[in-house]
Amino acid sequence: MVIKGYGGGEMELFGEFFQAMQDMTLVSFAQHMVNGISLGSLYALIAIGYTMVYGILLMINFAHGDIVMMACYFAFFGITVFHIPWYFTFVGVIVATALLGVLIERTAYRPLREAPKNSVLISAIGASFLLENLANYLFSGRPLRFPEIPVLTQNIAVGGVQIQSICLVIPVITLLSLVVLLHIVNHTKTGMAMRAVSKDYEIARVMGINIDRVISTTFIIGSALAAIGAFMWGVRYPGITPMLGVMPGLKCFIAAVIGGIGNIKGAVIGGFILGLGEVMIVAFFPDLSGYRDAFAFIVLIVILFYKPTGLLGEKTTEKV
Amino acid sequence: MLKIDDLVVAYGGIEALKGISLEVPEGKIVTLIGANGAGKSTLLRTIMGLEKPKSGKITYEGEDITGLNSQKIVTTGITLVPEGRRVFPNLTVLENLEIGAYMRNDKEGIAKDIRWIYEMFPRLEERSWQMAGTLSGGEQQMLAVGRALMCHPKVLMMDEPSLGLAPLVIKDIFRIIQIINKQGMTVLLIEQNANMALKIAHLAYVLETGKITMTGTGEELLENPEIEAAYLGKKKK
Repeated sequence: MVIKGYGGGEMELFGEFFQAMQDMTLVSFAQHMVNGISLGSLYALIAIGYTMVYGILLMINFAHGDIVMMACYFAFFGITVFHIPWYFTFVGVIVATALLGVLIERTAYRPLREAPKNSVLISAIGASFLLENLANYLFSGRPLRFPEIPVLTQNIAVGGVQIQSICLVIPVITLLSLVVLLHIVNHTKTGMAMRAVSKDYEIARVMGINIDRVISTTFIIGSALAAIGAFMWGVRYPGITPMLGVMPGLKCFIAAVIGGIGNIKGAVIGGFILGLGEVMIVAFFPDLSGYRDAFAFIVLIVILFYKPTGLLGEKTTEKV
Repeated sequence: MLKIDDLVVAYGGIEALKGISLEVPEGKIVTLIGANGAGKSTLLRTIMGLEKPKSGKITYEGEDITGLNSQKIVTTGITLVPEGRRVFPNLTVLENLEIGAYMRNDKEGIAKDIRWIYEMFPRLEERSWQMAGTLSGGEQQMLAVGRALMCHPKVLMMDEPSLGLAPLVIKDIFRIIQIINKQGMTVLLIEQNANMALKIAHLAYVLETGKITMTGTGEELLENPEIEAAYLGKKKK
């Protein structure tokens, strides 16, 4: 199949595809799978933050992508500037990012608790711009290099496949985080309160639940997961800029919507669909690699067309 | 035990309660009857701290609780079985009961109370692991009552417990109300089903468009011809 471009150039789309299929060996396919899974894991970790906040506050936390960006800068300062060992920095970044998430909630969202939903949304966009410009002002727009951590960036050979060790670490850490998260949400008193608040905050209050504390906890968990994702993102894709969080933020938001926003498992599934899909597009249609960012949006449109509430989303009526 | 003085509640300039006063004596079943929009739910929501009163005073065991938030009020021993049940549909039956005991920390006491609720409502025990959203209306109402009892309230306020339920189930719910009242619980009951409510009430108030127009014992109001005509569906003689 030949596709004519605007400039009169031609693109042999499926020819490329068959060529790619022929060149694809088991080894290179495994390579792509590993890349896709690790990218999907990162998307999943960040998407959870969107979905949890939406589940409770019914708002999109547009600053979430920028929280990821800030976490990368925290890591840079910890390791490169203050020479703290990376594993201590990793813990420090999680704590600092969780605090940042709570700070944003306190200052940008809590004062608007009784305000119309749109006001909170605008405030979220404001928080996002503030973080981006603050980072630009404080750290300059010049890209910084995420600190090299040899243990995580060295190449290792697994059955003939050469992979960066971080690509193995990412899925493992993601899986661990998910197990802990699901335990908290499904088997602790705090988790029970979170689920209750997400359905009916008024009655939750009548049960004696402190709504504000539950919301803060949600931001702590969402931001901590984003920090874990951000740290590993930085190791894998080491350029840090103030706009770093925009694209991943947008895609992870889409991942959350695809899976059914408000649903944690849905966000994870959405993250993996986008991560694997993006990598495979590039692998099988090398000519389309320039469109890899468009992939997420196409998937979004297609899925919303057939299932407007997302894959695992449930029908909800507007809360009164 | 619970005393309301000249309470005014307004929604954006429109007064839903225009200065009402009433009293809920300890250990009694007090009912408030009235048509749709008379302000019954507003009164309960205001006592519970979900609405802020414009003026007036709510006193509970001698203490002023006007304008406190719900979270504080529930710790004083007042709780609400809300209109339309509003169980948490995404929590299991057992979790709904546990969340009713959210403020308590005595594990053994909670386990004991769950047993007590299950004995009172065996259907709930059968469905203990089911999501509350999958229960029938009657079961959800039982769960809503059970959930409220889990916080050991001294005053149980119920907003239209008979709403949308089959007559047999309504009977069951009213029987339970009498049982828990005999165990010493004070009940403030709001009902459109005036007949059922007046039969079990020790004290009754009639609320009409934000004002209390009549008061008496349940029996007195049952026999009152005006009440019969307006709320019990019998013709005036």
